Amino acid sequence: MRRIFSEYLAKIVQSDESIIFITGDLGYNALETLQKIMGNRFINAGVAEQNMIGVAAGLAKKGFKVFCYSIAPFAVYRCLEQIRVDVCFHKLPVFIVGNGGGYGYGIMGATHHALEDIACLSSLPNMTCWIPAFAEDVPLVIDTLIKKKSPAYLRLGLGKKNLYNNTAQSISQFTDVVKSKNPKVTIAVLGPLIHNLEKIIQHYKNEIDVFTVLNVPILTLSENFINSIKHSKKLLIIEEHTSRGGIAENISLKILEENITLDKFKSVSALGYPNGLYGSQQYHQTQSHLDSDSLLNTVQNLLNV
Amino acid sequence: MLDKYISLQKKLRLQLLELYYSVNAGHIGCSLSCIDLLISILLFKKKEQDTFILSKGHAAAALYTCLHHLGKISDTDIKTFYQDGTKLPAHPSANHFNDIPFALGSLGHGFPIGVGIAKADKLLRKNNFTYVLMSDGETNEGTTWEAAHFAVQHKLDNLIIIIDKNRIQGFGSLIDILGDTADEQKWKTMNFDVVSIDGHSIPEIIQSIEKLQTMDNGRPKVIIANTIKGKGVSYMENTMEWHYLPISLELYQRAISDIKKWGLTR
Repeated sequence: MRRIFSEYLAKIVQSDESIIFITGDLGYNALETLQKIMGNRFINAGVAEQNMIGVAAGLAKKGFKVFCYSIAPFAVYRCLEQIRVDVCFHKLPVFIVGNGGGYGYGIMGATHHALEDIACLSSLPNMTCWIPAFAEDVPLVIDTLIKKKSPAYLRLGLGKKNLYNNTAQSISQFTDVVKSKNPKVTIAVLGPLIHNLEKIIQHYKNEIDVFTVLNVPILTLSENFINSIKHSKKLLIIEEHTSRGGIAENISLKILEENITLDKFKSVSALGYPNGLYGSQQYHQTQSHLDSDSLLNTVQNLLNV
Repeated sequence: MLDKYISLQKKLRLQLLELYYSVNAGHIGCSLSCIDLLISILLFKKKEQDTFILSKGHAAAALYTCLHHLGKISDTDIKTFYQDGTKLPAHPSANHFNDIPFALGSLGHGFPIGVGIAKADKLLRKNNFTYVLMSDGETNEGTTWEAAHFAVQHKLDNLIIIIDKNRIQGFGSLIDILGDTADEQKWKTMNFDVVSIDGHSIPEIIQSIEKLQTMDNGRPKVIIANTIKGKGVSYMENTMEWHYLPISLELYQRAISDIKKWGLTR
């Protein structure tokens, strides 16, 4: 997604001089073109994330729209107070771009993973976290950020194409990816993890509804989603993020508030490092039962309950 | 002119003390150490299009007193200071007054924000100045040095950092805790234009600002303002406890008497 992000941004910055891009000294082999096109509006703030966000807040206060780029954990945790106070309190157009959310940086190790980023940021005032599921979502999200001019976090992951609806021209919080006439299980999934559901969708597309959740916090459930869970009575929520403060907690709160009763509620989320060992993104997904086979098994169990 | 300055220093100190006394609030010593800097900048140097950031947000009452004097905070608002439902809490809050552009109070935030504002003015080719008033203890924060390097690298000669160097921080003296993190030499080594002045002399403060503003040489500016915590109230001067303590009626009366009879010149 990073490539799509930088290519699209390179296109729009040519007609919008109020955009500034700051990187925390990362972006090798990805941001060079953007750097060339943007000239003095592309700033490398060095390995100094807290200052990067403070500077971005100052620039934004003077009318600029500012993208701040790093890998997801560095863009979020080190500078969380700057994001909260300098950016969110003042509702400034600063867009934090975190590459490789979840276990995206795989074997790089735990310091490079971001499993609590959405929990941290989505609880801040005026902040919206955006987690595109498909490559095609990225430009649409960027357009939305620039239009809304509010604090935002963009979590970038695997940039695969949308195999289910490749003509989408708009985005919404809950997107129906698979819709059945008689759903027996409803699945809500966060971001590019949708690609681990390919087998499930192939096998069970007439028995399940699948929604991707594009942004957090979730303040209302979509009508289609409510109708689906009322019909299926079984909800599976999948996210490469801790269950605390992720979409499972967000959605379950809304379900309780809406007085919807379910027969089965299952959350599959990032478990951290259950065996204390490290590996690729796929390895960690497997450890957390977020891989294709484990998810297939989970869905089969739910269908058979 | 000197009489005018001294009368302002006394008048605003009395208003500041009244403000603190009326609501039984602390942070008096650190407000008295920087109020002359605030008077000099806000009443005499800052233009409408310039930006002032009180990074040492715990001196908010000194800021409020000056802005009230300038008519930028109303009589009605100032009376609500430190009380339920106020726009004027102990540290500056967001989104209420144009002259308080940022919520501040967690140390180490104002410098990076000021750098952003100054950088924006450079990009927009505006001849504005950004003033950031910091405490000396605040230079313990790592963001000070992140922001300082950025300011030098980006040639922000439109940025004036003022350090209220009263040498007493939260729980001890500046020297004893991490050493002198606000040391003049550090800033010089980093390629800042540095002046070291008496932070209670309004003529000296104004002259140093005016001198630095003529130096459009690509180097950011630092004013090390040597100050006295609690300046003007004899029993508060150079004490740590008056960072925190509220004031009793008896001590309030003594403080008023100190301010009234004292000329404030060194």
